[in-house]
Amino acid sequence: MPTASLNPGYSGPVRDRVENFGGAQLVYVHWEGHNNFCSAITLPLPPETPFGALTAEILPSLYSVDPDWAEVDLSTARWMLDGEDWQPEAAKGIGEQGVGHKSLIRFWTQPFGRA
Amino acid sequence: MAARKLNLKQKYGHFTRGLDWEPSYQSKDDIFPFAKYEGIKVHDWDAWEDPFKLTMDAYWKFQAEKERKLYAVIDSMAQNNGQLGITDARYLNAVKLFIQGVTPLEYQAHRHFAHLARHLPGAGLRVAAQMQSIDELRHCQTQIHTISHYNKFFDGIHDFTHMHDRLWYLSVPKSFFDDATTAGPFEFLTAISFAFEYVLTNLLFVPFMSGAAYNGDMATVTFGFSAQSDESRHMTLGLEAVRFLLEQDEANVPIVQGWIDKWFWRGYRLLTLVAMMMDYMLPKKVMSWAEAWETYYEQAGGALFADLARYGIREPKYADVAKAEKGHITHQAWTIFYNYTHAAAVHTWDVDDQHLAWLREKYPDTFAQHYEQRYLNWRDQADQGKRFYNNGLPQLCQVCQVPMAFTEVDDPTTISFRVSEFGGDKYHTCSDGCKDIFDHEPEKYSQAWLPVHQIFQGNCGGATVPEVLDWYHINQGADNMDYAGSPEEAQWEKWMEGRRPAAPMAVAAE
Repeated sequence: MPTASLNPGYSGPVRDRVENFGGAQLVYVHWEGHNNFCSAITLPLPPETPFGALTAEILPSLYSVDPDWAEVDLSTARWMLDGEDWQPEAAKGIGEQGVGHKSLIRFWTQPFGRA
Repeated sequence: MAARKLNLKQKYGHFTRGLDWEPSYQSKDDIFPFAKYEGIKVHDWDAWEDPFKLTMDAYWKFQAEKERKLYAVIDSMAQNNGQLGITDARYLNAVKLFIQGVTPLEYQAHRHFAHLARHLPGAGLRVAAQMQSIDELRHCQTQIHTISHYNKFFDGIHDFTHMHDRLWYLSVPKSFFDDATTAGPFEFLTAISFAFEYVLTNLLFVPFMSGAAYNGDMATVTFGFSAQSDESRHMTLGLEAVRFLLEQDEANVPIVQGWIDKWFWRGYRLLTLVAMMMDYMLPKKVMSWAEAWETYYEQAGGALFADLARYGIREPKYADVAKAEKGHITHQAWTIFYNYTHAAAVHTWDVDDQHLAWLREKYPDTFAQHYEQRYLNWRDQADQGKRFYNNGLPQLCQVCQVPMAFTEVDDPTTISFRVSEFGGDKYHTCSDGCKDIFDHEPEKYSQAWLPVHQIFQGNCGGATVPEVLDWYHINQGADNMDYAGSPEEAQWEKWMEGRRPAAPMAVAAE
């Protein structure tokens, strides 16, 4: 339903268009079972970022402050992209594997979590 | 002819009707351009009766008397080092949240009620809006004067209006009010006067003012008393305004119901910050958030909506969700603030054993099961010198702008993720309540200024956390970070040396 407005056809600037992020797109990641990280984390990532860079560098830089992270083996993690099961390949870019602007990546690891 | 003295009712009659006139050379639609576009139909503006029938001379007299009392207390507080009478410096974080988050809203309310005082077609309602506008300006001013005393001694209070416009957690109250003031006049009335002032205001004022009283903050208590009679007038105005709209035309009922649903949910999400303050920031507790919600919403609100049922109004949509969540939201909000204390102008701290026991007692079905272990882990990490901070930036809800920390109603281990598509982009929301609001007016909420996204667009002072904090005007190392080790803690301990025999948190256990 359109917004009720004084002048018909009300609209305004969409602030978070992908063009506004200097070549990156926003990606949200969430480590399921570890809500001691209060919410998913927002990352500005170029679509050509290899999935392997996410797992080898980016996620450890975010999550290794949790002692559980030391025991995590990401090669056995279960992944979900925008609500669908996802089997990403390390060498390929995230963009070509379906990650778009403001996509949500959730992942489950063993141990499942204590917080 | 000799002047005859008028009684109050006659004065009010002249004031609200006698000073109005029928325009002759401009159309009413041109004079009141905002009156019709929301679809609200009003047939008889004269049917509006202000329940207080206050006239300007009476109003001035009442308010002046209250001012005199308030400023006497503020003076005495300043002369007697009143800041030393609070239970603990940690209490001041509730005051910081108040001045940063609530006081600027009072100013916004002042501005927008002044707008209504010009733009509502009915003279009676215009006068009521005019008086409320003055009240709100007075609240803003008295809050600043009251809390400025603490600014001399504590951190994080020094630049609250600047922070209100920029900080991530303050975008929650800011966007709430921006949303209301960019709506039409009748939506604003329903949002602020009814849904917030009438239905939810006790959940804002009672915790803050009782919290102040319990924790020795006489300045804030006195402000609260001074504002109380205004607040009761505002609440009554809100209820009368909604009743008036409902009585004027049946077609107004579904429109008003939609606004009640929306603004109940927005107000409830905004109150998450207050709820957290109640359960975590008051060294001496008033009541738990869950207890406050039961008393001030479930019981009082239940009676209100039973009364409004005769107009065809039902309880707000998702009130059942708010009820189901009441054992969770404060712990989830504290988790957010604990995660990001390095980027906030309030302190957080590790929860001690007495506080854990209180939380277990108040939240027997949720706390030990889902949250206690988290706090124990954090305490362990802090004891090892590795206090837990989140290195990333949170995903925010597109509507309420709170980090997306809320969990599914039937599964408190899983974050509640909702997503909508609009104009080829995704928009994430924290709940069915916020998703409904987005989906109803995507043109509006797609414009949201989300602090995290703005940082990544390079609009917030730079790419590093210290640059962003400078842009926020956070005095780094003082305003932010854990209370343990803060300059504020050191100062407080120095003041308290010799004044008290035991650790201050012991007081809270009484």
